[in-house]
Amino acid sequence: MLKRTGVASPEDIKGVTPSLERLSKGPIAIIECFQKIPCNPCYTACPRQAIGKMNDINDKPVIIPENCNGCGICVSRCPGLAIFVVDATYSETEALIKMPWELQPVPQKDSIVKTLNRAGEPVGEGRVVLVQDGRFFDRTKIIHLAVPKQDMMEVRSIERGTFK
Amino acid sequence: MKNVDIAIVGGGPAGLCAAITAADLGAKVILVEQDDALGGQLVKQTHMFFGSEKQHAGTRGIDIGTMLVEQVESNPNIEIMLNATAMGYYPDGVLGINQEENFIKIKPLKMILATGASERMIAFPNNDLPGVFGAGAVQTLMNVYGIKPGKRVLMVGAGNIGLIVSYQLLQAGVEVAAIVEGSPNIGGYLVHASKIRRLGVPVLTSHTILEALGDREVTGAVIAKLDEKWNIIKGTEQTVVVDTICLAVGLTPLTELIDQGGGKLAYIRELSGYVPIHNQELESTVSGIYVAGDLAGVEEASSAMVEGKLAGAVAAKALGYKPKAAEQIIEEAHQELFDLRSGPVGAGIRAGISKLQEVRQRC
Repeated sequence: MLKRTGVASPEDIKGVTPSLERLSKGPIAIIECFQKIPCNPCYTACPRQAIGKMNDINDKPVIIPENCNGCGICVSRCPGLAIFVVDATYSETEALIKMPWELQPVPQKDSIVKTLNRAGEPVGEGRVVLVQDGRFFDRTKIIHLAVPKQDMMEVRSIERGTFK
Repeated sequence: MKNVDIAIVGGGPAGLCAAITAADLGAKVILVEQDDALGGQLVKQTHMFFGSEKQHAGTRGIDIGTMLVEQVESNPNIEIMLNATAMGYYPDGVLGINQEENFIKIKPLKMILATGASERMIAFPNNDLPGVFGAGAVQTLMNVYGIKPGKRVLMVGAGNIGLIVSYQLLQAGVEVAAIVEGSPNIGGYLVHASKIRRLGVPVLTSHTILEALGDREVTGAVIAKLDEKWNIIKGTEQTVVVDTICLAVGLTPLTELIDQGGGKLAYIRELSGYVPIHNQELESTVSGIYVAGDLAGVEEASSAMVEGKLAGAVAAKALGYKPKAAEQIIEEAHQELFDLRSGPVGAGIRAGISKLQEVRQRC
């Protein structure tokens, strides 16, 4: 499916979804990189050795859940923009998603935005909590988006034009 | 007549790395570039590069370009010739250069050709209408000159270039109606495809463009679905309203100079067409002429940089410059190339290189 459409299959996603137990402990990176390609900046960027050792540069990166604290450094370093951080403990009803964003316009803090899934289809709404920017992020902004908890593994983008 | 250790033709990623490496080892280098600036295609690459730290992965192509150009410009062993086209290489070892209508002769001891590749075109009715672009032209307009090519684009080709340029179009505020790809599978990295898909751009594999519509300029395109034998499935034709059609249907090595200079070519499909026959140290069939980058077989820019480094070290070593240090660079470059090509996405390149070695042994 992914090879034909560019949209990861439910099985692909299942394979990288953290356990409920791990999700209940706080933020964690989810690496949606399903193809062996010669690439390893996420691995070299991680300060906590939370990405398993890549003996071959073509190995797929694998998160070590107990080492990851969801800091999001890898999110801004991934050339494929394929890493997201999910924090299921953000509030009673909401989860927080950190996602890379390289388009204009850039949503402001407190913007209410329409959310999209991996196929670019509407999911619902989200609230921008923070936009990380600055030199470290090298023009890949990180949007912190609060979404209803049930959307946290669905929402992977936001609809341009739903904010200024 | 200018005498020099090494003449390098082409100031893209391969040529820049070849120049830096050879000059750092002590060789005197002339770098010949036909454009008015160095950098080649790197200047248009706004995305972060893949690969490892050794190839500056995680850094944007444009920033890698700037860094390499600064290294070249500050190296006293490198003379840069801009607006300079290498016209021919002659049996007496002279390289003829046309620089702003002056004919300049260079006599290098060794030569590294890094002329790159040109874009392919595909045949369909009206493919000469204004509004039909190659992906490279779209990138040049947007990323070099800041001009949008149109308002709504149909992208043809889902290799890395088609996917990346589609994303850059979205970044520039241009709508991408769809990406059509004849093959049943996306050819480029799937992470590139996914980041476009989640912004709502359909990737239509097993689809092709049948014709461009329009009288004086593109007003649309007809696309259709293909069966597994690449035949058009009747009844699946649909019209897409676009003002721009962007072709990202592959590259082919620019072999004119090496061919004219006497280097033998071989057709290797996996390396994207006719390529100069060369050995693992990148030496062509003409002794002392090396090839690097897309000319040696179309690949990613990260491999082009490593090949440039390899060719630069091999040429400098052949001239006796710091042979021990050169040998170490050569070993490292071989290892880097091995790593970059060792995975499943490198299978085509590996097959192409082994075919090339077979051809070389026969000739």
